[in-house]
Amino acid sequence: MLDPESTAVEGLITMSVPVVHDVIIIGGGVVGVTLARTLSRFELDVVLLERDAEVGFGVSKANSGIIHSGIHADPDTVKGRLEWPGNVGWLRLRDDLGFGLAQVGELLVALAEDELATVEALHAQGRRKGVPGLEPYRQDQVRRAQPNLTREVIAGLWAPTAGVVNPYEAVLLIADNAARNGVQVVTSEPVVGIDPPVVDEPDAPIRVRTPGRTWHGRYVVNAAGLYADEIAAMAGVASFTIHGRKGEEYLLDKRLAGLVTSIIFPCPTETSKGTLVTPTYDGTIMVGPTAEATDDKDDTTTTPEGAAQVFAAARRLVPGISPRDVIAEFAGVRAVAHTEDFIIGPTDRPGFVNAAGIQSPGLTAAPAIAELLLDVLSDEGLALHEKDAWQPRSEHPVRFAQLSTEEQAELAVREPRYAQLVCRCELVTEAEILDAIDRGARTLDGLKFRTRIGMGRCQGGFCTWHCMQLLAERQQVDLPAVTKRGAGSWLVCERDDAGARPTAALGG
Amino acid sequence: MTISAEPRHLDARYDVLVVGAGPAGMAAAIGAREMGADSVLLVDRERDPGGILLQCIHSGFGLHAFKEEITGPEYAERFFEQVLDHEVDVLTDAFVMDVTAERRVKLMSPSVGVTTVDAGAVVLAMGARERTRGAIHIPGDRPSGVMTAGLAQKMVNLEGYLPGRRAVILGSGDIGLIMARRLTLEGVEVVGVFELLAHPSGLGRNIVQCLEDFDIPLHLSTTVVGIHGRDRLERLTVAPVDDQRQPLMDRAWDVDCDTLLLSIGLIPDAELARDLGARMDPLTGGPMVSSTMETSLPGVFAAGNVVHVNDLADWVSQEARVAGEAAGALSTGRMRPLEDIRLLPGDNVGYVVPHTISSDHTQTVSFRVRKPIYGDTQLRLGEVHRRKLKAAVPAEMITIKVGPHLLEGFTGDALRVDAVPFDAEADAPSDAVGGER
Repeated sequence: MLDPESTAVEGLITMSVPVVHDVIIIGGGVVGVTLARTLSRFELDVVLLERDAEVGFGVSKANSGIIHSGIHADPDTVKGRLEWPGNVGWLRLRDDLGFGLAQVGELLVALAEDELATVEALHAQGRRKGVPGLEPYRQDQVRRAQPNLTREVIAGLWAPTAGVVNPYEAVLLIADNAARNGVQVVTSEPVVGIDPPVVDEPDAPIRVRTPGRTWHGRYVVNAAGLYADEIAAMAGVASFTIHGRKGEEYLLDKRLAGLVTSIIFPCPTETSKGTLVTPTYDGTIMVGPTAEATDDKDDTTTTPEGAAQVFAAARRLVPGISPRDVIAEFAGVRAVAHTEDFIIGPTDRPGFVNAAGIQSPGLTAAPAIAELLLDVLSDEGLALHEKDAWQPRSEHPVRFAQLSTEEQAELAVREPRYAQLVCRCELVTEAEILDAIDRGARTLDGLKFRTRIGMGRCQGGFCTWHCMQLLAERQQVDLPAVTKRGAGSWLVCERDDAGARPTAALGG
Repeated sequence: MTISAEPRHLDARYDVLVVGAGPAGMAAAIGAREMGADSVLLVDRERDPGGILLQCIHSGFGLHAFKEEITGPEYAERFFEQVLDHEVDVLTDAFVMDVTAERRVKLMSPSVGVTTVDAGAVVLAMGARERTRGAIHIPGDRPSGVMTAGLAQKMVNLEGYLPGRRAVILGSGDIGLIMARRLTLEGVEVVGVFELLAHPSGLGRNIVQCLEDFDIPLHLSTTVVGIHGRDRLERLTVAPVDDQRQPLMDRAWDVDCDTLLLSIGLIPDAELARDLGARMDPLTGGPMVSSTMETSLPGVFAAGNVVHVNDLADWVSQEARVAGEAAGALSTGRMRPLEDIRLLPGDNVGYVVPHTISSDHTQTVSFRVRKPIYGDTQLRLGEVHRRKLKAAVPAEMITIKVGPHLLEGFTGDALRVDAVPFDAEADAPSDAVGGER
């Protein structure tokens, strides 16, 4: 992919003195980008390296999209300590960046007498962590709040602080803001090696190798998700293993909007918070996830068994749910450390810091993880001087469909491409697509998660070609170079006689 | 194709505004002008009028409308010449965002910005969209290379690219069959067509001309049960199904391919009608209409695939002409026919359009059977009309003309349409005059 900065970077390699970055972040998931934005408050040279074609393409975009209320994780664990402050941090991020986040609250329900103790225990745990607004519900209160729940519910716990977020939109806007504040975000840049420490030079920067070049960093933060154990091993500090735990999610038709208006939790089991029924930020209902151990960290298949399990569990809570209403399905693989807790902190190698094993509630905790990492880096000697010019807000991308007719008309006068339709189902215009490309979209999926193209009823049947053309034109590549999500996910190929075509001969 | 009639500016009001310039919208615009509408605006979201006809470069169009076999683009061009001859204003690259019950139309286009136009009558002619992977819930990976047959048709026929090198087609709808042939001609290997049902969904002539003539296997009662490939599609798992359409996994097998085209049905693209609050028919997915194709909202008409999915473009144009003529007549103050009889789908009938008919005039009634009858078939319109057909299959739409003479003496308020195997004793021939296409 063409990166406007790549030529400048190439030029620097030839210089005899390499650029030494203050911090190299490995991994552009929610943890990496949130840390990048946090570090962008300071006078630091920060680079983020992401193996995928765009940030957030791993489990950060394939999860339940829930900002947990704060009651669930045990406060004697790292993840339990960071859950509630993370929740609070998300509201600040939302206020700064304007992505979709709604505090819809959660309702934990008990279906049997023996679950009442769990409800009480979580209530006590939440109070101990300082989560406000918790309220035990009697059966009739549950019924009034969520009339479509099963009549089997005998009691519940209301936690108003839980929210739903579009995780992909949030990750992209956080990364966008970090980039605007000077962080260099480099995608399609997988880390393939980390050089051992230089003997007799303890202060020498850590050398991080990618296929095309070597990056030099005074500090390296390992936020590599599922592969954090491999990155740590490259750095010579293998002290943990990461295992995949797959979660399948099923999105239901908009027809069911309003079936539940808060996140519905069953009582949790040993390994999982259970299957949830979630009203997403966009107004659809989502059910899931499963929690299935997988040896293959890239296995994001959905399965008939997963679907059966999700729907059996969801129908126990909300009988009106049916697999017939599925409009889309996906799966993400959570990065679970062998300790079942977050691994955040310095290592035996000076300057190399882990942010690993970020399983649930990792999305919720991300802002607090970033603050914790800031402390860790500071303790390790990173000097933090606040920037005068830090811009916490960035201009939110225009969402044409959500504007008033007057605003739409005014925009169209200013820029006629706002009146050029691309996606009819979600009403996305050409100007929005071009803006998304300028903000870093490189693939069809990248456009989809930024602008909602292809998420509607026709699932891209009508607008895919138009989007491919805009991606090709703006990046000055041929159409066969345009991909769904990078790597080998090509979309079209040349005809066998294409060599005879003048356009190909001219190189576009 | 050039658009000489494209308005430089829009009038604030038109007698008739037609949404969509495919085979339905163009015919409706012509019909409206012929029945006396002074000003007609035809709006389309693409750069060129013609709708999906433009990518249908195969022949098989026009047998009824022009009495000769032509291609989709030729069919579009002939209609568009008539549109221009009839002095219809045409606005392309324009998207209708909203229509109100008062027929105030909000639209956007780079040439006119975001603006509103008032219309005496509106004809909705947005056509249909293809069902997608989400609608049929196939487990597995989500690689590139899985797309609707119509998108592949656009890539190949309009843009000159191939969707892949080795393709499987799921569903035996007409677009899929036509793409099986097109891809073969373009040098793409088509491994086979898989159909969940025990009978093909597309027209018989397409089974012969697109599959049999090219030795492409058609696997009936078989479907795709798994999609494999991290980045690009690499392999499918397919399995036969039992008579409850449940896959028999012990008999599943794998097929290597890089492309899966979905031809699993069309759905009326009727969101404007739904948003307007028009009464919808759950059987068709489109709005309910009267004998003149008027929806439940006065002055708002609908015709073509936005009402029900037709098998041929020619029928679409014929039906839309009725709608356009009625919209034009309404704009000149003529009265509506009395709609006094409801039509109901009966035995083995999937849906019936229109939803009401009138004893004032002759109208065309269209429907499809649910299950195929490969033999003499009795069509019944209540007790007033019977007709024998040689066969009736879901792929082919059936139409009958119903005139005042048939309804003379009928005093009920509803008629059932049935299509059942012919029973010589019970089904004595009726002497009523009608005619199926």
